Amino acid sequence: MRMLVVLFLALASMATAPARAADPLVADLSKHLVAITTGFAGTDVLLFGAVDGEGEVVVVVRGPSKAEIIRRKDRQAGIWINSGNAQVEAAPSFYRVASTRPLTEIAPTAVLDRHQIGLDHLDLSIDTSDSGADQATYRDALMRLKQKKGLYGEKVEQIGFMSHRLFRTELHFPANVPVGTYLVEVYLMQDGDVVSAQTTPLVISKIGIGADVFDFAHQQAAAYGLIAIALAAAAGWLAAVAFKK
Amino acid sequence: MQIYLPIAEMSVNVFLILGLGGGVGLMSGLFGVGGGFLMTPLLIFLGIPPAVSVGTEAAQIVASSVSGVLAHWRRGNVDIKMGLILTAGGFVGSFGGVELFKWLRGLGQVDLVIALCYVVFLGIVGGLMFVESVQSLVKSKRMTESGAGRKKLHQHTWIHGLPFKVRFRRSKLYISAVLPLSLGLLVGVLAAIMGVGGGFIMVPAMIYLLGMPTSVVVGTSLFQIIFVTANSTFLHATRNFTVDIVLALLLLLGGVIGAQVGAKMSVRLKGEQLRVLLAIIVLAVCAKLGVDLITTPEEMFTLGAGGKH
Repeated sequence: MRMLVVLFLALASMATAPARAADPLVADLSKHLVAITTGFAGTDVLLFGAVDGEGEVVVVVRGPSKAEIIRRKDRQAGIWINSGNAQVEAAPSFYRVASTRPLTEIAPTAVLDRHQIGLDHLDLSIDTSDSGADQATYRDALMRLKQKKGLYGEKVEQIGFMSHRLFRTELHFPANVPVGTYLVEVYLMQDGDVVSAQTTPLVISKIGIGADVFDFAHQQAAAYGLIAIALAAAAGWLAAVAFKK
Repeated sequence: MQIYLPIAEMSVNVFLILGLGGGVGLMSGLFGVGGGFLMTPLLIFLGIPPAVSVGTEAAQIVASSVSGVLAHWRRGNVDIKMGLILTAGGFVGSFGGVELFKWLRGLGQVDLVIALCYVVFLGIVGGLMFVESVQSLVKSKRMTESGAGRKKLHQHTWIHGLPFKVRFRRSKLYISAVLPLSLGLLVGVLAAIMGVGGGFIMVPAMIYLLGMPTSVVVGTSLFQIIFVTANSTFLHATRNFTVDIVLALLLLLGGVIGAQVGAKMSVRLKGEQLRVLLAIIVLAVCAKLGVDLITTPEEMFTLGAGGKH
């Protein structure tokens, strides 16, 4: 319900600003900060907006890029051992695409490549000296593993048009979502090319006790270690005293 | 109810973790073992990163050893001198173990080494325990044929020719300090790598290798485990940042209650039966890990954070 109100407000503000009528694409998120608290179990963020005129809408959500290492197991002396690996210089930690129509019907490969829209069009530099598997195999493995963790979308999600101008889609973020500044890119496509684009940042951040514990454990590791030992010893002693009989 | 683990960086079900702590606590109360050898593999099965499982389990073992040693301490069943020498060796060992762990983690082989250590040591200890307890079960059925001659306290071997002999009054031993020192060191390394207290190796080694009387073995072992696992907790926290205090506290809570229930249940079971049961559990964990190593995995690839962690 609240979402609808927001939607109407967005519409109203568009209606009251006829001076900027030239904007063919307007979009926003229902929230710009996702807080990972102690009880965090994933969340949905609503993306909504409006287009002026014809066209298809594509939304790409990108998490901050990170270096990854992919390891490949091989049988050696009867047991399975990590035998080869590949380094990925910078892979998005999170990646999801939503669209009003299948990507192949909207734009040619060159355009999708240029804007890195879709898993097949991500520009990844994969470096390996493994003779047992090539770059393409490692690339497939990366996609598969990330999808299994729920960090890369399994498929392009559907964006619904309400009337001809309004669109909305739910962006899902699972419980294991990495923290950082995300970019939500909204593209308006016409005749196989991008005619308008808008990028909105979304911050995913740990908040509260969990965040404090994490920061403390990394910045004051020695103190954290000592506290962990003291807590454990105290708990053990308490248990022994409490159940003495 | 989900709770977010700040260091493991994932959500888990609170009741699942409490239940796990309770279940393993029950075992440890029932059999008088620490339970680290069960807990660490189970945490890994649940999807907690192996490094976090090992680091966190070290903290939990500190708690269960403190709670276990108090009863032995009251009865005077702790050989402090022996315990301190074992601890000295254990400290050096856990330093080495945590460094080794860090190095293996960088190579991407830490999971393999953890699994191999488990298979080898659980296999040996579980196998010996099984054979020995089945034999004694059979013997006790045939009734005792009266004490067959007076047994020597222990056999004299080359071990007793080693230098730096020390008198251990409580253990009624006069042996070289090199022995407990190196035993402590070896178990310290294993404890740091495997995320266990090492009692399941330490206790048989104390009985068969050092020749300590069984009455002081468990208390002394627990005594040194406290310090050695405290050291590896500290090292894992400062070198690898892998001690999850929230996870440790949840496991503790379940473990404390489970251990008390287990201790009450153990009174109703016979010693030999308990040992056979424990041997079967140890061998089952060993077999599960062993089978995982040799069967073709469904997924050949794994993902690790690149560069410096």
